[in-house]
Amino acid sequence: MVERLLVGTRKGLFELARHNGHWDIAEAHFLGDPVSSVYEGNDGTALAALDLGHFGAKLWRREKGVDWREVPAPLFPAKPEDAKDDPHPWSLGKIWVIEDGGIDGRLWAGTMPGGLFRSDDNGESWALIETLWRMPERLKWMGVAGGEQPGINSVLIDPRNPADIRVGVSTAGLWASTDEGASWSLINEGMYNEYMPPDLSGDPISQDIHRLARCAAHPETMWCQHHNGVFHSQDAGAHWQEVTAIKPSKFGFAVAAHPHDSKTAWFVPAVKDERRIPCDGKVVVSRTRDGGESFEILNKGLPQRHAYDLVWRHALTVDESGDVLAFGSTSGGLWISEDGGDSWTMPEARLPPIAVVRFAA
Amino acid sequence: MPKVTFTCALQRFLPVASSQVEGATIADALAEVFAENPLLRGYVLDDQGALRRHVVVYVKGGAAVGRVKLADPVAASDEVFVFQALSGG
Repeated sequence: MVERLLVGTRKGLFELARHNGHWDIAEAHFLGDPVSSVYEGNDGTALAALDLGHFGAKLWRREKGVDWREVPAPLFPAKPEDAKDDPHPWSLGKIWVIEDGGIDGRLWAGTMPGGLFRSDDNGESWALIETLWRMPERLKWMGVAGGEQPGINSVLIDPRNPADIRVGVSTAGLWASTDEGASWSLINEGMYNEYMPPDLSGDPISQDIHRLARCAAHPETMWCQHHNGVFHSQDAGAHWQEVTAIKPSKFGFAVAAHPHDSKTAWFVPAVKDERRIPCDGKVVVSRTRDGGESFEILNKGLPQRHAYDLVWRHALTVDESGDVLAFGSTSGGLWISEDGGDSWTMPEARLPPIAVVRFAA
Repeated sequence: MPKVTFTCALQRFLPVASSQVEGATIADALAEVFAENPLLRGYVLDDQGALRRHVVVYVKGGAAVGRVKLADPVAASDEVFVFQALSGG
């Protein structure tokens, strides 16, 4: 069973440890600073991305047993003269997600304003994937999340083939590469939206991917929490079917896929986009165990009266066993389940708004 | 030689100290500091070398006008202050 949980918040990074069956905060790092993403690899190397209000996005790295040290953050190249009509800045807004690349030392970072970066030295240095950044279609990417910038929120690597990459963008649909990022195509057929004129509702590039998840043991199975609902793919994102059985609502940000069981996934639904609060003031997790045909509402241990916690994209996670889950909210609520979501406990803490949760070995 | 001084708010992230530098513009003066302290550059400038939105530079009793190229002149007797802007909260 996992023994540690990293929780990135508006006011620091909190490291929880499990002792005698209970989870508690063991350490706090970067107190006062917004943490936008966190990652820890199997070798114990950790990365924490800060989103400093005055001083920009920063990246800190910690090797196992050593203190945190700042490393150069991903950097965009000089903006060329012929890019003057680019509506998006050529400057790092924030690091939104960091994922393992499936090769020793390789990591991927998804950012605002939509740059995908790769590291081949375990986060010490980063290079922009210019093939994606220079796609002419990128000029159509739309800003999200209260800002003007598009953002890459999901990077899924095929565990069988690290050259096979899926990238989810708010808002620019789902991009695929099968050659380590040398070339890209937009592949999300079957998604639709309700925020564009009718003739553009199925336009792949206007799909707001809130978050993607894939089953590690069956990587062709993917789940998407989209701005307009939940979608399911069984061909690694090429084609999607809407999952209409989701309840209590189809809006939300987070999704977690069971690592072994391709039919199981978890969501944290909310009242749709204009309000963004839990349905009826009740925090619930919605779980399917039959590939999206039906859902169970999981609420044991979760607040069921006047709770207004929203769960962001990266604030729901599941461990490698599929039994231990955690999620955190915009109100600082943090809940952990060790029985696949059947019941939840809350560590003793009043945390700042939570952006990201991630288990560590 | 102009003197460059940074907000003490940066001390929480990395060592910064006032220093006397060469340079006839704000850009030149800052470049000399950043050559000694490369990580500091990203706290003050964005990826394209413009002043960050919520950072402000004062020289000669006023805020620097040129925020993109930082071409405001500095004299040997000037002190350049790099502060966080109130606009950043």
